Formats: sequence, C-alpha cells, structure tokens
Amino acid sequence: MNDQTPTRVERSAKLKGLGVSRKRVEDVRFTQGKGNYVDDIKMPGMLFGDFVRSPYAHARIKSINIDAAMALPGVIAVLTAKDLEPLGLHWMPTLAGDKQMVLADGKVLFQGQEVAFVVAENRYINADAIDLVEVEYEELPVLTDAKVAMAPDAPVLREDLAGQESGAHGKRKHHNHIFLWEIGDEAATDEVIANADVVAEETVYYHRTHPCPLETCGCVASMDKVNGKLTLFGTFQAPHVVRTVASLLSGIEEHNIRVVSPDIGGGFGNKVGVYPGYVCSIVASIVTGRPVKWVEDRMDNLMATAFARDYWMKGRISATKDGRITGLHCHVTADHGAFDACADPTKFPAGFMSICTGSYDIPVAYLGVDGVYTNKAPGGVSYRCSFRVTEAAYFIERMIEVLAIKLNMDAAELRRINFIRKEQFPYDSALGWEYDSGDYHTAWEKALKAVDYDGLRKEQAERVAAFKRGETRKLLGVGLSFFTEIVGAGPVKNCDILGMGMFDSCEIRIHPTGSAIARLGTISQGQGHATTFAQILASEIGISADSITIEEGDTDTAPYGLGTYGSRSTPVAGAAAAMAGRKIRAKAQMIAAYLLEVHDGDLEWDIDRFVVKGAPEQFKTMTEIAYASYHQEIPGVEPGLEAVSYYDPPNMTYPFGAYICVMEIDVDTGVHEIRHFYALDDCGTRINPMIIEGQVHGGATEAYAIAMGQELAYDEIGNVKTGTLMDFFLPTSWETPTYTTDFTETPSPHHPIGAKGVGESPNVGGVPAFSNAVHDAFRPFGLKQSHMPHDQWRIWTIANDLGLHG
Amino acid sequence: MSKMHLKLTVNGQAEELRVEPRELLIHVLREKLNITGPHIGCETSHCGACTVEMNGKSVKSCTVFAAQADGAEVTTIEGLSPLGEMNVLQNAFREHHGLQCGFCTPGMITRAHRLLQENPTPTAEEVRFGMAGNLCRCTGYQNIVKAILAAASEMNAAKEAAE
Ligand code: FES
Ligand code: FES
Repeated sequence: MNDQTPTRVERSAKLKGLGVSRKRVEDVRFTQGKGNYVDDIKMPGMLFGDFVRSPYAHARIKSINIDAAMALPGVIAVLTAKDLEPLGLHWMPTLAGDKQMVLADGKVLFQGQEVAFVVAENRYINADAIDLVEVEYEELPVLTDAKVAMAPDAPVLREDLAGQESGAHGKRKHHNHIFLWEIGDEAATDEVIANADVVAEETVYYHRTHPCPLETCGCVASMDKVNGKLTLFGTFQAPHVVRTVASLLSGIEEHNIRVVSPDIGGGFGNKVGVYPGYVCSIVASIVTGRPVKWVEDRMDNLMATAFARDYWMKGRISATKDGRITGLHCHVTADHGAFDACADPTKFPAGFMSICTGSYDIPVAYLGVDGVYTNKAPGGVSYRCSFRVTEAAYFIERMIEVLAIKLNMDAAELRRINFIRKEQFPYDSALGWEYDSGDYHTAWEKALKAVDYDGLRKEQAERVAAFKRGETRKLLGVGLSFFTEIVGAGPVKNCDILGMGMFDSCEIRIHPTGSAIARLGTISQGQGHATTFAQILASEIGISADSITIEEGDTDTAPYGLGTYGSRSTPVAGAAAAMAGRKIRAKAQMIAAYLLEVHDGDLEWDIDRFVVKGAPEQFKTMTEIAYASYHQEIPGVEPGLEAVSYYDPPNMTYPFGAYICVMEIDVDTGVHEIRHFYALDDCGTRINPMIIEGQVHGGATEAYAIAMGQELAYDEIGNVKTGTLMDFFLPTSWETPTYTTDFTETPSPHHPIGAKGVGESPNVGGVPAFSNAVHDAFRPFGLKQSHMPHDQWRIWTIANDLGLHG
Repeated sequence: MSKMHLKLTVNGQAEELRVEPRELLIHVLREKLNITGPHIGCETSHCGACTVEMNGKSVKSCTVFAAQADGAEVTTIEGLSPLGEMNVLQNAFREHHGLQCGFCTPGMITRAHRLLQENPTPTAEEVRFGMAGNLCRCTGYQNIVKAILAAASEMNAAKEAAE
C-alpha cells in the first residue's frame, strides 16, 4: 500500500492548510438563512424583557410607580433597583475597576440609562408596559464636555464616589476625575522639546462613535430551578469571562453556569462588555422561573452600550531642522462617560494608547491620560481596533502631517526619514513596547510606487494652480498613513481582564478514522474561525481542513479562553491551536515509530505523515496513526489522540501597513469622492488571503464611516442626536469606495506560525488615511487641523473658513 | 387588543393565523412562523436585514404590518432554494466571500435575487445603487458586488445555453 501516490503536491493541496484561500465553512448555513443568532433562540415559556430608559442625561429620580404597568395583562414583573438591592445586584463591577448601576439607583447619569426592567409575555405587551411605568425625575445640570467636567465648580456626577480620593488606577484629582495614567519620561521629553530646532503643536480630537454591528446585543437567560443550572445564551465576545463574572455576581457556582455564544452578527468591540440587560435577564429568569430574552433595539444599542473613542489628544512633536524627530509629548483628556466601563486589560486604563510613537524611531516620549466622567453612556470599547490603538495611530499620523507642514517638507519623506529601520527590530519603543518585527521602508516604497506618488503630487500642484486660475472648483487630496498595530493581548505577566490572564486555548481530539474536532476559547463574529483555525491545524497535523470541525463559544465544552476582540484570536488562540497540533504530532511520532519499528528520531514529518529518514517508501499517515492509537496497544503510550494547549504569548504582535487615499473634494458643496484607496497590510504569515482581503475591505469601510461622517453626537443637555440609522452614518454600497489591497509578509518571530492578526489594521490605518486626504487637499491653502468626522458640512466649513468661497 | 385573521402564502406554503393589527410582518415571520432567516437590524427601514419579497417586490418586513400581507405571496431567504441546496446567488456569495458575520446576508441575497429579475444584466454601478437599501457592517460591499455580478453572468450564460 505504501506507494508514492498521491504526490507531495497533491497531498499538500488536499490539506487546504496555511496560505490557501479556502472557501468558508460558515457560509453554507448563512447563505441559506440557517444561522442561529441570539434572537433566533426560542425556549418554551420564554418571556421578553426590556428597559424603561431615562430621557434625561442627568436627573434625580424622585419616584417610580409600577402599578399601572403591573396591572396590564401579560406583564409578569417590573424590576427596579430596589428589587435588585437585596441581592447586591443594583450595581455591578465594570471591566475597568469601577462600578456601574444595573438599574438607576437614586439618579440617572446619561440619556438611555436603564431605570426599570419590564418582563412580559411578548414584545408588544412589553412596549405598552414601558409606557405605563411612571418615573418622576428632577433634572440636574448636564456635563457633556470632558474638559468642562474638570472645572473646579463643575457639578458632581458620581455622588457614590464622594470622599474617595483614589480609584482603581490611582489618585483622583477632582470629583469628576477617574485617573491619570502616565508613561514615559516627561521631564526628559520636555527638555528635548524645549531645545529642539522645530516644534509642532496640535490638539487632535478623535470624536465619539459606536461600533454598531448589524446585530444588536442581547441574551436569553434560563434558570433551571430543578437542577440549579443557569444557561445564558448571548452575544458575547468573551463567553468564559461572562461565565466567571456571572458566577461572582450571582453566587451560582461556576460549574452550574453554562454560557453560550451562538452565531454573532458582528461585534467590533460592542459585545465585549457586561451590560445591565444580561444581569436583569438572569435575575428575571431566577425570579420568574422562566427563560427571559432581552434584545436591544437599535436606539438602545447606540445610546447605551459601548461607545468608542472620545479622546482629546494634545500633542507636541519636535525635530531637527532636517526632519529627524527628537521627542513626542501627548496628553489626553479621555471622556469615559458616566461609569468607567472601558474594556481594557486591567493594567492599561488607556489601553495601548502608548503605542502612540507609531512606526517611528522617537528617542524620548511621554503620554499622560486623564480619564473623566461626563453625562454620556459608559463603554470605551475598542471599535475594530486593539485597545485605543486607532486613537494612537490617528494622533501620531496627524502629528506627522502637522510637523511636515512646519518643516515645509513632504510628508512621505518625513515618514521615510523617521521609520524604525529593519535592522532595529526587535525594537524597544520609548514608551515601553518591544516591537517584534517589521520592514517599514519596503512596505512604504511599495505603496508609494503603487499609487504613483510623485505623479499624484505633480497632479495636485497642477490642480491647485488651475483652481487659483478659476478653472476648477475641485481639489485633490493625497492621504498618507503608515501604522503599527499592537495586537494579540496578551502576555499573562502584564495583561489580564478582571484578574484573568489573557492566554487562550485549544483542545483537539482526533477521531479513530482520522477526522478531528478542535475547540477554542475564542468566538467568531464573522472572522471565519471555523475556516481558518482548521487551516492552521491542517498544516500542523496533516489532516485536511475539510475533516476538522471547529467549535467555539460554549463554555461547557470549550476550554477557557479570553475571547475574541483586539485581533487576538489569531495571535493567541491561533498559536494555541498550532501548539496543540504539535503535541498531537509529538505523540503521533511515537506511535508511528512503534508501528514502523524504528526509533522516533529516525522519522521526519512530511505534510500528512511520518516518513523514515532516507526511506520515503516507509511511512505512516496521520490517518493510520489515529486508527492505531485507538485500536492497538502501543507500549508506553496512552490510547487515544488528544491534546490541549493553553498559550501564554511571550509578546504582543505588531502588524503594520501603508494606506494611501486619493480624494477629490468639491469646494463649493463639501462633497468628496474617493478616487483610489490603496491598502498594504503586513500581518505576518497569511493564513487565508481571501479572508484577509475581506477583513481589509470591511475594516477600511468602517474607517471610511468614522472619518467621513459617523459620530455619536450629543447636544448640550445630553440628548443623543444620532440615535437611529437615519442620523448615525453607516455607509451603503453606493458611497463605499472600492479598495486595492496589497501586502508584504514579515512573520512574527515569536508566534508559532508567524501570524500577527489583521482584522483591525484597516480601521487603525484607514482613519488617518481618509482624514489626512481631506487635510492634504486644503494644505496648500493653509489648513493645519480640522476635526473629524469630515462630513459634507464640515468640509464646506473648512473651505469657507479658508476664504475659498470668494 | 382584538385580533384579526390573516391568510398568506410564505415560501409556497399557505399559512393562517391570528395577529394583532399592529404586529409587524417581521415579527410574525420570525416569532409565529419560525422563519428566522430574515433578521432585525434596526426596525426603522434603514438596514434591510429584514428584506423579504412580497408579491414580487422587495420589502423591508419591519415596516410592513402583517395585516398588509393578507393574501400576499411572501418569499424569504428560506424559499429561494430547496432545503440544503444553494442556488447560483448563494453559491456566488460563498465563492466571492460576500459575507462575514452573515447577519445581513439573508436580506442581502433576497434583495439581490429580486434585483437580478428587475435587471438581469446590471453594471457594477447599478448593483451598488440597487443594493443601497441593504447595509452590511462587515464586508465593505466590494465582494458582495462581485458576487452579484458573477451570479448575473452565470445565470445569463445558463439562459443562453438553454435557448
Ligand atoms: S430591520 Fe427592517 S430595515 Fe432594518
Ligand atoms: S456580513 Fe456582517 S453585516 Fe454583512
């Protein structure tokens, strides 16, 4: 039987392993309407829960009357803070070391805040009952600007913190202050900047926005009073963390809680947090003895769960007169809303904002972040980026542009001069990160060439001249962006969430006939894990990806993991998969040695089999080995073929890329047109190029939205002005640009397969590319800085302020 | 609230049920008929996740009262192909990676199906215009457009071959 067919090439192709644009396993169900999302779950006797929400951004609650609501047929319960208090559940801890009201306790602090939870037989009765709950409010002064919130006489928002001079992240210097997080050497930075040839200063605002996945958040809680088990289905990006939190909060032992994330309709950070809806559904199920479903509507989603950004970033950057950057100083006023519920690793209250030195060799830097309370929703999630990395990338890429203006230098050249050089990796940044690998110059030159950068500059100059002669009303902007992401949180020594180290896990079982199942601690929200993790394993264990089932999201079966966000699945769980695969292979090698009657050192791995060195006709395939492991006694080896790996990454991974946006702008209408968008990504080893490209399209589109119009806007009394999809900009197929994707491949030296992760790069790199294009179009007319989002009105205003309307 | 009698055909099957006059078609489909392919993304007519066909027109079923569907022929994603089989469009979406989380997909494919009846040979621009009522947060549309164009040419080739 040991002939040499099929050939190595055929065997390798059959695996559908690393580097193959394998079609997605998930799509067979999804295209036929057979997905199973949380709102599709139906259980016998299931009730519906929904919130009475505050119409005010800041008010004292004088009374709540639930009588009329309770009298409505079909209403089963109305919960208020008073009902939760005896259980100690009227407040809950946040991921950021603060606490948050589950239901309003005495006052409300943002519009849309949860005041009471109505449980009824169906969603229509629920809506009627919500109208019947009478809440009497006394309005209080509202703070929607973090800078104003820090004024000495600003109203006190968090009365519960009265007298507390320090919080989870150190000293509080004001009653609306949460923390000051500092990193780097401020004195040395100040000194360098004071003595520099050239200094550029700017305040860059990254506005508040929202991840807004197409599916909102929701859950179904079911307490089985007979066996004491709680089952919780929900839109959770981190199901195991939810289980642990649910256990700590409810006192139900963790083995009696099963958390399941079914299919998730997009997350982008929105589904990392723990929300009052989950807590109330659990309590309601315990109280009523029936399953309770809660699913947000779109307005709830935009108003109450998980905003992103809202950073006021004040920067100073210094350089020699020939453009060598010498120092960077950054101070951020961070608007965290009413409760500090940011989803960051515990020791990083501003996430990885300290990656703000970007892709540049900056000898000395300082970052200080003041977290501040306001009357806006809590959240502070990483909207399609690693923790605060898009803020950092936007900041440094704007500062580079501002410095280029000051130096009167081409911004592409300024980047070139200051990039960390290939031979400097692993590179220690001034703010404490060790960049694993990179080749920025190669990527940059490739990108500039691809768009014909010099040609564009020439065209732009001609356009400006034509504009000045009155021959055109359209300007041309070339938006440059080079970014370094920091993903794959993270090493247990410094990354944890609620004390749990940010490792991840994979468990593999090979079945006797040579197919397999693998379970991981992550959860896909569209990234295609069922497809790509099988590819990683196929290459490691020599079983075709088509014969490997990937399962995630059920805490009863999956090994403990920290979930999917911050592009951590490939860097961490993907590594765990590779490592578990290698354990399988090590055991398989012993079995093969026994079967072939050779020493295991005499074998070598070849695609899908162990071969005797120097005798390729003698081999055992993984299928044969799997069969033997279950069917025959092998001395000194346990039966079966399984492995588990918990992977603690030694470092983060640092994907990078070069994005260039070419934009036409009509000066009179503020209308823009994206003529070309080029995205070069380097995410290390590429597992599935088709999926990578899809991630880039999607992430760049979210970046486009954020830069060009998407905003979670408040008026001065704290009303959310963009609470529906009418006002909150989600681009349609009509205005979304077409993208050209490209890549270089610089593997991560510490990741088992060299992969770095990609899902969030396009958002991180995309936002500065779009925004810089707008700025670049007006640079010849003296524009230095203008805040996003660059909607039509704001662009028109830029032109008007520059006197271009004659 | 008093209920009314509703008769309609969904995916070729006659259905009779009692609904409140205010009930929305999407809720009746999902909750009473267990047809969970069409999704709810906004309930305000903006996202298109709830798109179904009613009497040969694409409608957003979150903005149609069930009562308005009395006597109607309704087709959802579940009715576009026999159970377990993928039609040309569904295959094209898979082939060209026109979906990620899959939440928009049923509405997207249902709309694309109608679009290709309205215009069997659309340009990329016409596809972008004709699909603009369906939002996707994951894909950036590029591969959706590609998938629809590919499906169109495959369908046209098959038609030509048959003629
Ligand atoms: S749910 Fe109907 S259009 Fe969004
Ligand atoms: S695939 Fe996720 S919304 Fe379209």
